[in-house]
Amino acid sequence: IFVQLETKFRREVTATSRHYVDRLFDPDPQKVLQGVIDMKNAVIGNNKQKANLIVLGAVPRLLYLLQQSSSSMELRTECAVVLGSLAMGTENNIKSLVDCHIIPALLQGLLSSDLIFIEACLRCLRTVFISPVTPVQLLYTDPTVIPHLMSLLSNSLRTQEYITQIFSHCCKTPEHQTILFNHGAIQNIAPLLISPSYKVRMQALKCFSVLAYENTQVSMTLVNVLVDGELLTQVFVKMMQRDQPIEMQLTAAKCLTYMCRASAIRTDDSCIVLKTLPCLVRMCSKEHLLEERVEGAETLAYLMEPDVELQRIASTTDHLVAMLADYFKYPSSVSAITDIKRLDHDLKHAHELRQAAFKLYASLGSNDEDIRKKITETENMMDRIVSGLSESSIKVRLAAVRCLHSLSRSVQQLRTSFHDHAVWKPLMKLLQNAPDEVLVMASSTLCNLLLEFSPSKEPILESGVIELLCSLTQSDSPALRVNGIWALMNMAFQADQKVKVEIVRCLGTEQLFRLLSDPDTNVLMKTLGLLRNLLSTRPHIDQIMSSHGKQIMQAVTLILEAEHSIEVKEQTLCILANIADGNTAKDLIMTNDDMLQKIKYYMGHSNVKLQLAATFCVSNLIWNEEDGSQERQDKLREMGFVDILHKLTQSSDPNLSDRAKTALQQYLA
Amino acid sequence: MSGQSSGGGFLMSVVVHGDSALNEQEKELNQRLRRLYPAVNENETPLPRSWSPKDKFSYIGLSQNNLRVHYKGHGKTPKDAASVRATHPIPAACGVYYFEVKIISKGRDGYMGIGLSAQGVNMNRLPDITFAKAGWDKHSYGYHGDDGHSFCSSGTGQPYGPTFTTGDVIGCCVNLINNTCFYTKNGHSLGIAFTDLPPNLYPTVGLQTPGEVVDANFGQHPFVFDIEDYMREWRTKIQAQIDRFPIGEREGEWQSMIQKMVASYLVHHSYCATAEAFAKSTDQAVHEELASIKNRQKIQKLVLSGRMGEAIETTQQLYPNLLERNPDLLFMLKVRQFIEMVNGTDSEVRCLGGRSPKSQDSYPGSPRPFSSPSHKASSSQPYLTGFDSNCCNGVTSNKSHSSSPHSHKPCPPGSGSTLPASDISLNGSRSQQPITSNDVDMEVDHFTNGVTESSSNGFLNGTSKHTTEPDDCDADMEVESAQSKRQLCGGSQAAIERMIHFGRELQSMSEHLRRECGKNSANKKMLKDAFSLLAYSDPWNSPVGYQLDAIQREPVCSTLNSAILETHNLPKQPPLAQAVGQAAQCLAMMARTGSGSCAFASVDDYLH
Repeated sequence: IFVQLETKFRREVTATSRHYVDRLFDPDPQKVLQGVIDMKNAVIGNNKQKANLIVLGAVPRLLYLLQQSSSSMELRTECAVVLGSLAMGTENNIKSLVDCHIIPALLQGLLSSDLIFIEACLRCLRTVFISPVTPVQLLYTDPTVIPHLMSLLSNSLRTQEYITQIFSHCCKTPEHQTILFNHGAIQNIAPLLISPSYKVRMQALKCFSVLAYENTQVSMTLVNVLVDGELLTQVFVKMMQRDQPIEMQLTAAKCLTYMCRASAIRTDDSCIVLKTLPCLVRMCSKEHLLEERVEGAETLAYLMEPDVELQRIASTTDHLVAMLADYFKYPSSVSAITDIKRLDHDLKHAHELRQAAFKLYASLGSNDEDIRKKITETENMMDRIVSGLSESSIKVRLAAVRCLHSLSRSVQQLRTSFHDHAVWKPLMKLLQNAPDEVLVMASSTLCNLLLEFSPSKEPILESGVIELLCSLTQSDSPALRVNGIWALMNMAFQADQKVKVEIVRCLGTEQLFRLLSDPDTNVLMKTLGLLRNLLSTRPHIDQIMSSHGKQIMQAVTLILEAEHSIEVKEQTLCILANIADGNTAKDLIMTNDDMLQKIKYYMGHSNVKLQLAATFCVSNLIWNEEDGSQERQDKLREMGFVDILHKLTQSSDPNLSDRAKTALQQYLA
Repeated sequence: MSGQSSGGGFLMSVVVHGDSALNEQEKELNQRLRRLYPAVNENETPLPRSWSPKDKFSYIGLSQNNLRVHYKGHGKTPKDAASVRATHPIPAACGVYYFEVKIISKGRDGYMGIGLSAQGVNMNRLPDITFAKAGWDKHSYGYHGDDGHSFCSSGTGQPYGPTFTTGDVIGCCVNLINNTCFYTKNGHSLGIAFTDLPPNLYPTVGLQTPGEVVDANFGQHPFVFDIEDYMREWRTKIQAQIDRFPIGEREGEWQSMIQKMVASYLVHHSYCATAEAFAKSTDQAVHEELASIKNRQKIQKLVLSGRMGEAIETTQQLYPNLLERNPDLLFMLKVRQFIEMVNGTDSEVRCLGGRSPKSQDSYPGSPRPFSSPSHKASSSQPYLTGFDSNCCNGVTSNKSHSSSPHSHKPCPPGSGSTLPASDISLNGSRSQQPITSNDVDMEVDHFTNGVTESSSNGFLNGTSKHTTEPDDCDADMEVESAQSKRQLCGGSQAAIERMIHFGRELQSMSEHLRRECGKNSANKKMLKDAFSLLAYSDPWNSPVGYQLDAIQREPVCSTLNSAILETHNLPKQPPLAQAVGQAAQCLAMMARTGSGSCAFASVDDYLH
């Protein structure tokens, strides 16, 4: 029976809905108008009714009436109002409206001269555009729309509110920023910052925050804008006053942050140091809404990322480091028991809170050792990072690994907390299967964990990391290639023969040489560094050179002959010097006259670093107490090396002259 | 610098004796303190302005107007630590209090502590205060430069903030609303350091090694930290708390109570037509006969237009025995009559043919609806006649009514009913200043200020404004004084004689009263002030000339009105005025009992 009643009820509802739609087709325009008004009253706050009307095809008819120039202004306005009401419903409603091409119809309506009608259209457009399901691109399809919206800004407080709200929601890319900027968004919106209406001021402020984000052109323009004789930055500072609504303080702080990061405001400007930064720190405090705390922390992290002085100030402001620990306490045990709604709310924001806190910690600790120490000493910090690394939310994982990376720059932390908490384990797990952005961070952190003084190095080696790193060197992303080879380089430093052989075997000489011709200088440098680390201690040198000597000598020749930076050449000469230190490997140089000529050339180079590296090489070749040293000394004397060494003893560089003197002493013995 | 060497140096003496640069600094200090702490009544609770040369350990040296502190002990062990307190504790009515200390030199080791401490019991012996560094003793709170730790009444610190040294500016903010304290370093808040602070703490610094020098800023200079922004936040919070305060639970109860209050106020002040209309539209009963209201209205009109003789007569007719039972009231009315005679407005002198000054017309025929008879042009707030901050509990002291020209004005919270220290001397000194008639405006202004201070009601910012506002009454008077001088008793010789005769009667009445009822200093002063008018050739422009102002009729009028109502067993004060008075008293009491939120809740803010 209940089912029947339910069905009957539903049928009745549909019937009344149908009645509303039918009335839109009445031949008498007066009756149509009354029908629309009745429909308006019927749908307010009634999502079911809205859905029914949409299903029954009210939207196309309403749009038709709205566009018809024969319709009275009153009717057209009421149609826009009803459509606006329908848009207030569910996301599905919005989708249906967009599918019925409501946007172009409403934009067309804006060309009317009737302000009430325009306002109704704008209100509806606003509701449609602020929905996440509406493609923002629709605002930019017709190039005449933006300039027309700009011109409507002066009409009324309502047009100002709706248009600025549309702009702030539809400005998502640098292209959007440029379009709005080119149509005079700044000049048109700036005066609205001192509007008598709070809503207008707030929406205008939001516009500036989305316009200035990572946009130097906009930011540079903004610093010179005057609003009623006052600099825009000062207007923003006033909006950050502590008696202003939090939303306004926060958005104004965002504007100034973006302008600062776009280099339009110096980081030591008092409006940043004494106003924006303290305001953002305040936003992180417990008394604010979870959303505000997330936004505050993220914005603050972004603001101070490049500036150690701001990091230092923030680290001592209002116990920020300790305050952030609270971000990990959601959902709290209290909320779970007492209040389901609260629990739901907390759960929804828990991930966001955690990732924001990790980001802020990462930013805080990116330069200063004392701050890093303070962070790791925060309650359960390392445990939180470790569990963050394996969270389901990718955002949290990324932020956690960023935080870990920032802290891994500390020698002390690597030696202590990192090892104590075996952070390498979740890190290795993370590296197995993750998107590139996570991989970059994770592998970069791994580089630090593989530094020779890091106690985590051993266990990481045992976990089969070499293969993983070698595969990274084959990535398309230069950042991943650098990190892969860098980690290998760190790993090879003072490593056992076994490890070195494993690296060479796993990487393969082919890949090694491919990396030596990598377009990315960073990759090249780290590969040379790897070679140099592989070629250390005599037995290792001879062993590797006996198996790969030919290719390595070839690669060295190529690099020395090609156009490269001093650093690259220096690194290469150092490799050569290492080879010259081997027992059997020496011969690879001594029998290569071309190479000897090159060494001679670099001994006379104008750059001291290269001269020094080349002299090292010679010094190793002629070293006494080694088999065949006499012959090598003779050969090099013949080639004129002794004369050069004499000259170098006169060098103004003490290192170089000392090194040359030591070399010459080999001849005296 | 002898003028203020005693630390507590009151402003007045400094202004008189100090050099001009110091004057400037003092002026800036006073302005800033007034702006920051408007709710503080400095007569009751003076603000700290410098370090106290008395309240310090001997290893401490002071200089630069007692703002600079240096260490002069040998500084070998922690026992050589020494500290100094400010001249006064922090008044709770500050709401939020702030001072800054600049480290001029960290000296040998930079063992400096900045903070707060409570006063010791015995000032001479100082037994419980060893003057260790701030934070080491009982009820002593400090933030130390060498390790950045905070010390809360003990020798072991908690990690708190960064270290500080030469060139740093350290601020200390006490929140007297939630009893917490935070510090700032170079304009950055370091977060809460202490909670559950006790009341009446003094700003304190402690030093421990030679060469340590610090300068205090109690408001002499702009602060590095934006304390006003912090205060704005708390003002907003407190006001939101007030705005959101839950009112009556039951439907309509709140509204009907408000309506009753309004109605009773209208009846009290005899706005009969308005009261009738209001009662009708809000469906209320009026608890007084209309005729009775009209009678009171009639008397009030007479008083307010300066026709005191008629007023007294009418009162005696309509309310026989009233004045007989209240000799003090009658005396007050008579004194007023005397003043009105000098003014030339009283009916007895007017009928003698004197030219009456225009000011008699300053009150329109009927009291203005919804604005109290208070003739205050300087603001739109309806000041409530009959309100007195002293009588919210139903105990009226006639003294304040009669001698204070503004006893009906809600006093700023905290400034309540205190008498300023200099009561008499001011009159004398002021009168010696030259007066020129073409300078009337300014001089009047000046005198009103001076006189106000000598009367019993503390600070009055309203009075001076009142005289310069283009109010109908004052405007008339100004015009007249520019054209022709006002004349005593309207210029009639007969009237003058009548006045003098009346004065003699008054004198004997006063003597009679003293014999009957004992000494009454208020009556004595009242009479003395009234007679003083005759000592000047131009009483209107004399230091006691304020008495001639029409606004002075208001307290008389409301006292008489209250007395009449009392005889009818009606409240002598309207509930509305009582509520306002009670609110102001509550705020003053909050200030005294250490509830800082009173700083951000002025009654005036709510009397739109």
